[in-house]
Amino acid sequence: MLSKRIIPCLDVRDGKLTKGIKFKGNIDIGDPVEAAREYYEQGADEIVFYDITASSDARNIMLDVVRRVAETIFIPFSVGGGIRSVEDMRAVILAGAEKISINSEAVKNPVLIDEGAKAFGNQCVVLGMDVKKVAIRPEIPSGYEIVIHGGRIYTGRDALQWAKEGESRGAGEICLNSIDADGTQEGYEIELTRLVSSQVRIPVIASGGAGKAEHLLDVLNDGQADAALIASIVHYRTHTIQDLKTYLNGHGVKVRMQW
Amino acid sequence: MIGIIDYKAGNLTSVARALHYLGEPCEVTDDPGILDSCDRIIFPGVGAAGEAMVNLRSQGLDLRLREWVASGKPTLGICLGTQVIFERSEENDAVCLGIVPGSVQRFPGDLKDREGRFLKIPHIGWNHVEFPRSHPVFKDLPAAAEFYFVHSYYPAPADDRWVIGWTDYGLRFCAAIAHENLVAVQFHPEKSGAPGLQILANFCRWEGNDAQ
Repeated sequence: MLSKRIIPCLDVRDGKLTKGIKFKGNIDIGDPVEAAREYYEQGADEIVFYDITASSDARNIMLDVVRRVAETIFIPFSVGGGIRSVEDMRAVILAGAEKISINSEAVKNPVLIDEGAKAFGNQCVVLGMDVKKVAIRPEIPSGYEIVIHGGRIYTGRDALQWAKEGESRGAGEICLNSIDADGTQEGYEIELTRLVSSQVRIPVIASGGAGKAEHLLDVLNDGQADAALIASIVHYRTHTIQDLKTYLNGHGVKVRMQW
Repeated sequence: MIGIIDYKAGNLTSVARALHYLGEPCEVTDDPGILDSCDRIIFPGVGAAGEAMVNLRSQGLDLRLREWVASGKPTLGICLGTQVIFERSEENDAVCLGIVPGSVQRFPGDLKDREGRFLKIPHIGWNHVEFPRSHPVFKDLPAAAEFYFVHSYYPAPADDRWVIGWTDYGLRFCAAIAHENLVAVQFHPEKSGAPGLQILANFCRWEGNDAQ
């Protein structure tokens, strides 16, 4: 059977990791390529790069990072952040990424999902969704609303409806990020994850809130997630990916144990 | 030299990068003359079968590929490259190369796991491949090795004797075939970490013809 995937997420600004990642002997590694190599060797099933570079002229720096990563690791990786057009997608894919993740831009211009899927195949397009829990109201029947720009702007879109729309437009996967849980290290938003994962037929990657191995177990079992995105839990060396997988495997979750 | 057939099907550079990493000289090209002179051929691809066949035909590569396989040049198909070597695909109802008898079918929409939950399509991620017999291209792999898949359609050869790898995803499907000097896999060895690189390295050293 298919394994559940464990996916570290690296934030990159101007070609550097935004948070120092402490590997071996507390050496601060600011190079995303080295961090990707470390996670590849630890057994990451995939890697996500999120480019938070503000200026558009620095985009070429990110493309150079993507090229170097593609020469270094031989597992799939995706790139998100700042992708506004099919041409942006093409540049990232030609540089060596398997997938591109679109988030706020897809909300503003949903046709981007269709265009990306048509140009590169559904498997290339990951719909990133930032979600906040809100009071249920007619336009938000699920009680989860799509927010953009890091959670600052409420869009009036219902998260579940948007997930279904993204699927029908051709997204190959959904990366579902709970803004409420993000950065808390207190656990994933299980209800939200289960709600979306049980109602779409494409894989759902849960994101936001991982602080302990149990959190991954919960979201992969109760949350019905197909994959779990992790950041601080491995960046701060609380755990290695191998530790997390050993724990999950010991609790009956099928994960890839040999690499 | 290993020729990687360029037929405008997705990004073909990831296979070339993996071969560079292994120190194997290769060239991504659509030039039949160059491909003719290569001692091995890799036929990769990501995308849809219908469009792939249109591109292959317009470049005249469909006929050449049949010739290379018939002449015994060691050939490795990957993902879409594997699918289009069959007779037809349910994707775009495409007539394909017909090098291997059989068809390519879509995973049924009502596939369920053991708990009765619907399985997601595409089949994306890492899955085990069971190799029922030994083969030089699939040697020296760890018993529990998993490989990276991303596909909604799967190969269904007319004859199970061609199957060299089985994978379970709600149903048991053919993940790898081997016949004479042709080997083809549904998964992506270039994205499957060390076991995938091992398969590529094995292929690069394979002289062919000792498939059972």
